[in-house]
Amino acid sequence: MTVPQAEFIQRDRGQQPPALSPGYKTSILRSPRLALWSLQNSLSEFTGPVFGREELGPLDHDLLLNYAKTGEPIGERTIVHGRVMDENGRGVANTLVEVWQANAGGRYRHKNDTYLAPIDPNFGGCGRVITDETGAYAFRTVKPGAYPFRNQVNSWRPAHIHFSLSGSGFAQRLITQMYFEGDPLIPMDAILNTIPDPAARQRLVAPLDLNAAVPLDSLAYRFDIVLRGTRSTLFENKLQGN
Amino acid sequence: MTTLEYLPETPSQTAGPYVHIGLIPHQAGFDIFEKPFGNILVGRNTQGERIRIEGRVFDGLGSPCRDILLEIWQANAAGRYNHPADGQTDKPLDPGFRGWGRTGTEFDTGLYRFDTIKPGPVIGRRGHKPMAPHVNIWLAARGINIGLATRLYFDDEPALNEEDPVLRMIEPAIRRQTLLARRENRDGGVVYVFDIHLQGENETVFFDV
Repeated sequence: MTVPQAEFIQRDRGQQPPALSPGYKTSILRSPRLALWSLQNSLSEFTGPVFGREELGPLDHDLLLNYAKTGEPIGERTIVHGRVMDENGRGVANTLVEVWQANAGGRYRHKNDTYLAPIDPNFGGCGRVITDETGAYAFRTVKPGAYPFRNQVNSWRPAHIHFSLSGSGFAQRLITQMYFEGDPLIPMDAILNTIPDPAARQRLVAPLDLNAAVPLDSLAYRFDIVLRGTRSTLFENKLQGN
Repeated sequence: MTTLEYLPETPSQTAGPYVHIGLIPHQAGFDIFEKPFGNILVGRNTQGERIRIEGRVFDGLGSPCRDILLEIWQANAAGRYNHPADGQTDKPLDPGFRGWGRTGTEFDTGLYRFDTIKPGPVIGRRGHKPMAPHVNIWLAARGINIGLATRLYFDDEPALNEEDPVLRMIEPAIRRQTLLARRENRDGGVVYVFDIHLQGENETVFFDV
């Protein structure tokens, strides 16, 4: 696996959403108001949990089949694939990628979701996979539907898939969302617009990848993910020890 | 800067109200994976003092948040992380202990819990004293745009805490109190109570790691 022996490059907060983004109302009471304390990485930050393929089931990455009961779920059959890299451009191998999403009608299998659209009896809406030696991953699913949420009266989320990345060190931990190229709801989405930089927002929009589609079977979208990279410890002694 | 070939980190987005589906599906109301991840870090053979960590997460009005995802990452009882980059080879690895767990605050009570062991002290950065026993915490939720990192220290380790290189740097010193978990004995077991305040008078210290 990729083993960072050095600390991570300082996070570029300019690429990230601030804690407080009033356009997304829920952030108002849940955002720290004091400055974060900057912490030079120690072992506690550049180590992190290691996951093994044997912990995952053979269908965990196939959302078309991993909750199928009486048949397959309704919706556009879709492959989502890409590569997890670090800021140095290296593939992040053997890292845990987890996803969750609404069904094709925009309804989540969750006891707190009361949207009108029906539950799909054959769709759980979550999956997980471990990247290969090059950092590549792939899921198969149905394209999620848009759905309303309580922000403004008429706020709708564009179709999206939630992604969770474990990384090789705990300071790389990341949760994000992937959107689908061409969705007209993207420009007005209050969640995506928590990210101030338009170029950064664009990196969450996965392009259609027709070359990765399976003819007569499934369309494909490509979503590459970048986790924090490690810093070269030029002119420095080893970080650990006295 | 722009001419160098570094890739920018992917932007974070909120985990949203339905984070449970993907990361702790049983809390969303269904089972799907044969081996789900959870909040019990200990097995029968895990070395060290059994403890429970328990607490709530409060918003800026002091209301408990009932949809927070929490993850912890910690060293074993000897103070070694179960990770190949931990070079403290003088300390034993505990094969029965990964040192990681996740859970969500409960929808009704707002409480979270982890069953784990008390970690040992971990070596500090070069030139610094060892770090007092601590548990690294990361939380994500609806309304939190980018995951928050903090640390739990143990209030019954005053001497080690006093020397801890991370706690020592926090000013004003009164804010260090927000990182101390309170030891309680309950029903023959040890519980450390650790409440997290996202904002307000007792805002917890969060780190830019």
